[in-house]
Amino acid sequence: MTARDDSALDGNAIGGLLLEVFGTEMTAAVAVCGSCGATGPVAETVVFLRAPGTVVRCRNCGAVLMVIIRRGEQNCVDMLGLAALEPR
Amino acid sequence: MNPISRGFHGRRHETAADTARVPPGQHVTSDFPVLSAGPTPHTALPDWTFSLRQAGTDLRTWTWPELLALPAEEVTVDIHCVTRWSKLDTRWKAVSIDTLLADIAHQATFALAFCDGGYTTNMPLADLTAGQAWVAYSYDDQPLPPEHGGPARLLVPHLYFWKSAKWVRGLDLLAADEPGFWERYGYHNYGDPWREQRYAGD
Amino acid sequence: MAGTAVRGRLTWQVATVETVRDETASVRTIGLAVPDWAGHTAGQHLDVRLTAEDGYSAERSYSIASAPGEPVAITVERLDDGEVSPYLTEELRSGDEIEIRGPIGGYFIWTGDDAATPLLLVAGGSGVVPFRSIIRHRHNLGSDVSVRLLYSARSLPDVIYQAELDDADDGVAVIYTLTRHQPPGWAGHTGRVDRRLLAEAAWPAQRDPLTFVCGPTPFVEAVASGLVELGYPAGLIKTERFGGTEAP
Repeated sequence: MTARDDSALDGNAIGGLLLEVFGTEMTAAVAVCGSCGATGPVAETVVFLRAPGTVVRCRNCGAVLMVIIRRGEQNCVDMLGLAALEPR
Repeated sequence: MNPISRGFHGRRHETAADTARVPPGQHVTSDFPVLSAGPTPHTALPDWTFSLRQAGTDLRTWTWPELLALPAEEVTVDIHCVTRWSKLDTRWKAVSIDTLLADIAHQATFALAFCDGGYTTNMPLADLTAGQAWVAYSYDDQPLPPEHGGPARLLVPHLYFWKSAKWVRGLDLLAADEPGFWERYGYHNYGDPWREQRYAGD
Repeated sequence: MAGTAVRGRLTWQVATVETVRDETASVRTIGLAVPDWAGHTAGQHLDVRLTAEDGYSAERSYSIASAPGEPVAITVERLDDGEVSPYLTEELRSGDEIEIRGPIGGYFIWTGDDAATPLLLVAGGSGVVPFRSIIRHRHNLGSDVSVRLLYSARSLPDVIYQAELDDADDGVAVIYTLTRHQPPGWAGHTGRVDRRLLAEAAWPAQRDPLTFVCGPTPFVEAVASGLVELGYPAGLIKTERFGGTEAP
C-alpha cells in the first residue's frame, strides 16, 4: 500500500509545526521508516493535515511515522513509527 | 490570546440553530468537511465484505449485495466532529448494528471497528446497539462518496465523529477495551461531545 | 551540497502589511514589515496565522516571493472555497497586522552555492512563487548558472509575474505551457506537463540538473515521475506540494 493521495501534502507543509515542536528546522532531517526502512528527508513524507491531528506517513509503504496532536497550546508528538530521525 | 486580525471571520457559516442541539465548543456548518488520517482507499465492491470477528475468527461476513439486501433505515442525525464543526440533520441510508448482531452469539462488551487503510476506533458494544449505530452506505440520497467513507462507514452519531469510522470493513468483538487509532494518539477513549470528551483525560 | 537555511524565530511574531499588489485577478503579493526578520533563503516559506474576534484562528503556509535581502513578500492565490486566502487577497490592506512564523525550510532551498549544474524549475500555477525568489536571488548574486523554468498555467492572464519573467536574464529560459486557454496566435506549449513535454523542454538528464518541482500534489507527482522516467536521478529532484489549488 502506498500513501499516495491527491489531497495529501508533504513534509514541507509542516515545517513550521516541526520548528515549534523540535526547536529547529526539520524538513531536511532524515527520517527512517520503522516499518520498511525507507530513508529520506522529512520534506518527502506524505502529510495529512486535514484530520483531528497531523499524520505523517512513509512515502514508500504508507506506514504512520509521526502523529502530532494539538491540545490547547501544547503539541503531543508520537514518533514511534520512525526508526530514526536525524536533523541536518 | 492571539492578536486579532481586523475583519477576519473564517469560513464558518453561523447557521442559526437551536443551541440545545449544539454541544459545547462546537459551531454549526453547512459544509461537510473531509478529514482523513490517510489516503482514500478504493475497494472494488465485488471484493468488499463486512465481518463480525471474535478472537480471530469470523462469526459472520456479508458481501456488498448481502449488506444491501438487509433491512435498512432512513436515518436523520446530527453529527459532531472533534475539530469543532457540527452538521445538523444529516441524512443517511443505513443498516442498524442491531440487525447485524441479531442471532450472533458472542461474549463481547467492547468493539474495535477496522477499516480499509488500517484505521481503527473503539467503543463499548452498548454504544453500538439499541438503535444508536449503523453501517451507512448512502448519504443525502446518493451512494456514499469515497472521500466521506464510501462504500460504507460506521455511523455512531452520539459520539464524536472520529468514531464513525470511514471505509469500515468490520467489527472485532472484544472482551476487553482496546484503543483505536486516534485513541492511541491522545484522543479520548470514549468521546462524548456533550461532556466535551475530546482528549485523553478530559 | 545544500547550504544551511536561515533559522528564524521559533514562534509567531506580528508583521505589518506594507504593500499589496494584484498580480492577476486572483493572485496578490503582500509586502510585509517584520520587526525580527533574520533574513531568509530562496525557496523558504512562512506561516501566516489569522485570529477572529471570538478566538477562532486559522493558519496557512505561503512561499516567500522576495529574494534574500529584499523586503519580505508573499504571493497568495485566492481559492474560491478558501478560508484564509480570500481574506488575504481581498480584505487585507496596508497597515493591517498579521502573525507570521518563519522563515521555514531547509530542503526546498537554493543558496546559489552549487553553481556548476543547471537548474530546472517546474511550476504548476502558484507553484511559481518560490521560483521567483530563486531567480531574483540568482540575479542579485550575479550568478551565471543556467536556468530553465517550465511554468504551467491555465491561461496567460493566470501567469503570475509575467512581465518580470519575460524580462529575465539571458541565462534564464522561461517556457510556458497554457493548459486551458491560449491567446490567438499562441505558438507555445498547450498541454499538461507530462513526459513528452518534459522531454522537449527540460534539460537532458545527462546534464545532472538540480530540479525543483512545486505546485498542486497531482502536478508534482506527475512531473516527478515523468522526470524519473527521463533518467533524472530521484535524489536530485526536490518537491513541494501545495494544497487546495486546482491543477493548472
